[in-house]
Amino acid sequence: MEKRVVFRSAWLPWALIAPQIAVIAVFFFWPAAQALLQSVQQADAFSTRVEWVGLENFVNLWNDPLYIKSFYTTAIFSTLVAVLGISLSLLLAVFADRIVKGALVYRTFLIWPYAVAPAVAGVLWLFMLAPSIGIVSFWLRAVGLEWNPLLDGQHAMTLVVLAAVWKQISYNFLFFLAGLQSIPKSLIEAAAIDGARPWRRFWTIVFPLLTPTSFFLLVINIVYAFFDTFAIIDAATQGGPGKETSILVYRAYYDGFKAMDFGASAAQSVVLMVIVVGLTVVQFRFVEKKVNY
Amino acid sequence: MVERRPLLDLVSHLILILGVIVVAFPLYLTFVASTQASSDIVHPPMSLLPGTQLVENYQAAWSGTGGGTGSTAPVGRMMFVSLVTALVIALGKISISLLSAFAIVYFRFPFRMFFFWAIFITLMLPVEVRIGPTYKVVADLGMLNTFAGLTVPLIASATATFLFRQFFLTVPDELVEAARMDGASPMRFFIDVLVPLSRTSIAALFVIQFIYGWNQYLWPLLITTSEDMYPVVIGIKRMISGGDAQTEWSVVMATALLAMIPPALVVVLMQKWFVKGLVDTEK
Repeated sequence: MEKRVVFRSAWLPWALIAPQIAVIAVFFFWPAAQALLQSVQQADAFSTRVEWVGLENFVNLWNDPLYIKSFYTTAIFSTLVAVLGISLSLLLAVFADRIVKGALVYRTFLIWPYAVAPAVAGVLWLFMLAPSIGIVSFWLRAVGLEWNPLLDGQHAMTLVVLAAVWKQISYNFLFFLAGLQSIPKSLIEAAAIDGARPWRRFWTIVFPLLTPTSFFLLVINIVYAFFDTFAIIDAATQGGPGKETSILVYRAYYDGFKAMDFGASAAQSVVLMVIVVGLTVVQFRFVEKKVNY
Repeated sequence: MVERRPLLDLVSHLILILGVIVVAFPLYLTFVASTQASSDIVHPPMSLLPGTQLVENYQAAWSGTGGGTGSTAPVGRMMFVSLVTALVIALGKISISLLSAFAIVYFRFPFRMFFFWAIFITLMLPVEVRIGPTYKVVADLGMLNTFAGLTVPLIASATATFLFRQFFLTVPDELVEAARMDGASPMRFFIDVLVPLSRTSIAALFVIQFIYGWNQYLWPLLITTSEDMYPVVIGIKRMISGGDAQTEWSVVMATALLAMIPPALVVVLMQKWFVKGLVDTEK
């Protein structure tokens, strides 16, 4: 789509677009190019000597069992976050959609976590689930479960998943609610007149019509779990115990800024870039489908 | 409402109330913890009723006089840093995106589509995938520990540019014709017609971007090393670095609550635009 009527000026459009282009050139494209370049180089700790190593950094990553493990960790983490987050918020949205009185009150309470910073969410859940002082840990111990996310990898994973899901429920909930409200009431009424009960109506009419929303949220939640949960993990577990909750982004940060291994960190950045490009392509192909829908 | 089903209504309310309780519990606990003495918190189970230390804890947090082994930077200063950062990021993103969308929609110039796609591609380059080299650029420019370093690298925005582009494309051409006939310059048209028409989108984006700016973590973590440039989100993390027995939890929780208030106010008070902004920016 294009405008028929436009303004004419030789310099004005350049001046208007210059700030945005300057920022993305200096802080996006130049560093991204540097990451690509560094991923095929090896520098010593003081960056005095740089050596061309080809794909060696990638081969090293591939042969590093810990890196492969952080792939698994990321896969488990993002699946749990996406599946739990989406199903819980769908449940809440379906019931919120039924309610006439007080719906706005529920919505106001449920969107609150969106405003909480991921790092703060991590600290709150750590506070509840910390082994010695956490109140939830205390309750768990009372029912006989020895809870210690500082020692047990699965407990630590549970902690970060809970914090990440809690933080994301508001977002999913709002999208499901918008999706539910856009389903024509006449469809539901027709089914009700034909004798379909609520349970059946949900699975045969509402749920299929929500598929575009659900799929969209699936992609968004995976992106969220991959990238935006860094703060939760850094605040709650620092990737530990051991490397049990060290997802890919955390590891790239750790290698670059704690272990000072720039080549390895850059190679990991490139791997992450490939993942983002893949996810974005999936998302946009889907958006096109939604438009035709 | 398709039919009356009192039982199902009851179940709906019960499930929603349960959901609200689970979602609100961490927030309630934060508030309760921020009103108790730290010595009471470290002996579980802590009381679930507010204590008496509210004023003391918030004063200690605000002026940085709490004990504990972690950082004790004053929260007042950190809140100020966060506020400036969030405002500059939100307003900066909105302004530069308005300008570039205006250029792309209302002018024809060489490389127009090239620029458009260049902006688009930044969607695929979140800071997490280029942390090392971006840090180096900012360090070389001498922007570590400055407000410029905290904000400028984050104010490019593909989503905002798209949103404004989509909106400008729906603005009737007659308005441009009328403006040109009256002899208005492009910038006059932009300021007097286009910006006022975009009010709703601007409000919606402001909510989303303010929260984005306020909640930034990875970037400030890398580029701020001096306490007087910590945003409050980083400050909280630094406070708990001493291990959980030595941490002054009541002060940490007071800080966490203070850190939540500005974005929560923006979300709740601007709820209408917030929902619109969320749904629009993702389209």
